[in-house]
Amino acid sequence: MHFGLNENQAILRDSAREFFAGECPMAFVRRAAESATAFDLQLWTKLAAQGYTGIIVDEAHGGVGLGVVELVLLMEEAGRALLPGPLFATVAMAGAVLDSCANPTHQQQFLAPIAHGDARSTLAFVEPTSGWDRSALRLTAKNGRLSGEKLFVPDAGVADTIVIVARDDVYVVDAKASGVSITPMAGMDVTRKLYAVSLTEVAAEKLDAVAGLDRALDIAITALAAEMVGGMQRMLDVTVDYAKTRKQFGKPIGSFQAVQHQCADMYLETESARSAVYYAAVALQEGAADASAAVSIAKLYASDACRTVGNRAIQIHGGMGFTWENDLHLYYRRAKASETMLGDATFHRERLARLVVDGRPA
Amino acid sequence: MDLNLSPEEKRFRDELRAWLEQHAPNHREHRRDASMEQQFAFLRSWQKTLYDGGWAGISWPREYGGRGASLMQQVIFWQELARVSAPPMANVIGLGMVGPTIIAFGTEAQKARFLPGILSADEIWCQGFSEPNAGSDLAGLQSDGRLDGEHFVVNGQKVWTSYGWAADWCELVVRTDPAVPKHKGLTVMLVDMKSPGIEVRPLRQMTGESEFSEVFFRDVRVPVANVVGKVNQGWDVSIGTLMHERGTLGAGMQVTYQRNIERLIELSRTIERGGRPAAEDPLIRQKLAQCYAEVQIMRANQMRAFSRISSTGVPGPEGSIQKIFWSELNQRLQQVAQELLGPYGQLEAADRHAIDHGAWSYGYLRARGNTIEAGTSEIQRNIIGHFVLGLPRSY
Repeated sequence: MHFGLNENQAILRDSAREFFAGECPMAFVRRAAESATAFDLQLWTKLAAQGYTGIIVDEAHGGVGLGVVELVLLMEEAGRALLPGPLFATVAMAGAVLDSCANPTHQQQFLAPIAHGDARSTLAFVEPTSGWDRSALRLTAKNGRLSGEKLFVPDAGVADTIVIVARDDVYVVDAKASGVSITPMAGMDVTRKLYAVSLTEVAAEKLDAVAGLDRALDIAITALAAEMVGGMQRMLDVTVDYAKTRKQFGKPIGSFQAVQHQCADMYLETESARSAVYYAAVALQEGAADASAAVSIAKLYASDACRTVGNRAIQIHGGMGFTWENDLHLYYRRAKASETMLGDATFHRERLARLVVDGRPA
Repeated sequence: MDLNLSPEEKRFRDELRAWLEQHAPNHREHRRDASMEQQFAFLRSWQKTLYDGGWAGISWPREYGGRGASLMQQVIFWQELARVSAPPMANVIGLGMVGPTIIAFGTEAQKARFLPGILSADEIWCQGFSEPNAGSDLAGLQSDGRLDGEHFVVNGQKVWTSYGWAADWCELVVRTDPAVPKHKGLTVMLVDMKSPGIEVRPLRQMTGESEFSEVFFRDVRVPVANVVGKVNQGWDVSIGTLMHERGTLGAGMQVTYQRNIERLIELSRTIERGGRPAAEDPLIRQKLAQCYAEVQIMRANQMRAFSRISSTGVPGPEGSIQKIFWSELNQRLQQVAQELLGPYGQLEAADRHAIDHGAWSYGYLRARGNTIEAGTSEIQRNIIGHFVLGLPRSY
């Protein structure tokens, strides 16, 4: 038994960290946040050149054919850098669904362009009254056409295709197709833009294997929790650095236990979330019986932890942490948006209860 | 990453499982309403059974009667014992701390004299570390050892001495040079608990049991030959003692917690709230799920830490969070149990209405000690702050 990264995985993580440190410094994040779409084509081309857009896509469709663990490591590093734009929506949401649900023809049509870096995509799920509860979805196709409204769709404004989860099936639509209307929603997270997608008799391609959706969503949830772990790690790092240098009463504030113990708790929460995410990734990769439970455990813990880590980080920074100029609020905003995205802690505790208290599938 | 046991680990587990099937005691024999002495005799005989089967001190090197078990084998060992609800071994201090310390720092004569008795439970050990004024600040201890010919003469008081009242021997740390800074003048020595001048008073704890004792030393003569390591270099020996086992015992605790949360889930199906099974109450479901999740995360944290130690030889930083995690988790879990059981939660073993023979009222009270024993949560957070995160010392 070995629950740790192998050599190739460690190399992937380290090179992703280095890549994002170079290509996505905070000045870049801030520029993206102030733009309408938070998208930068030049960076996207580089992400594709690194193989990141095709990380879980098999080689036959232009990807590098790696697994869930590698996806999770990539997303953790993206989260640490607060990477703006559609990498998560394209690769971990739409990409995972296309990988699990699409037949080879559809994969060639929709997934290969993603892997090559030629197309962006996203996943439309939430409806006005559904939250992230799939059983509450109402959207259905009539004569192969979709009509209805999807909300909180990440990065739809820069997507070429949109994967749509309807009540009974999963579809792909061309974002530019007639009948598709995409309007920005003013979300708290300025680095991941949200959109309302309104569909009026839109021509849609139905994916064959809707049964693959559960696994695809589990992969997306785990990748999101990994991104949150990366964000927590960054908040911990900058806070510890601040506590070592900021002085009051003639001493670094990090020498006061009231501050030190908050840092210790941030560390405990970050490492525990990381353990939960890695375990979920391995369980998904190996098709373990407890994989869905592990995914919900990772997301429920990360959802609560990223909020408390953010709270502690800003508290320790004092007034400086409350300013626009300090970067923490950008992480804090992302943390809050991610907390609810793909189901918050309460949602996943109930899902876990269905699995382990009721003993029925989620 | 590979979560499966290797063929060799699996072989080890299967051999142990088969043995336990034959030999594990019915845990009902280990009754909480039996006298302290009866319970201890039971734990001693259980260790002897393990010893006869070759399962006592598995982490010890073969030349000293152990099995030279790998870290993962130790993890499996504690997991399997917990899985069959096996009681602890009587000589837990001897096996986990004193023995490894003697192996690391002791003389050949000390090894030959003491190690066999630790394994067989013929000689029970305690550890004289904490004092009334030296708990978290262990190096501030005041017990005094003065050289007098071939003996040290020891005076002072120890407290929180686990199994002190049952012990034949004590690994004692005393101050032998009061003139030097506090970490420097300490010496570790092995003391016969039958020596004249030793008085042991069991400390009754809030659960009603006496896991701990106070031990008083008045002019107790300890042969110089019983010093472990060098005189005045006892701090290194003591820290070595506290570092042993490297948390593999925690793997057994995780399995116990897993069994506890599964038992609570089972109980939630029959206990009613508002005329329906508690398992259907949304708030209870949230709390059970949260506990269940944290028990799994405890396991994932441990597995990461053990894998790190196995591959690099040193504990990773995630190791330092284990103590806080398990102790605070157990307190939360016991509180959820109390909420689920309602008025029945308070009933102790003697009451005929008690659920699970009073295990939950006992568990609730016992868990209160978890964030204090083996390094308080406050000290653990200081350790993370200073040694892991590199923040300036707070004291």
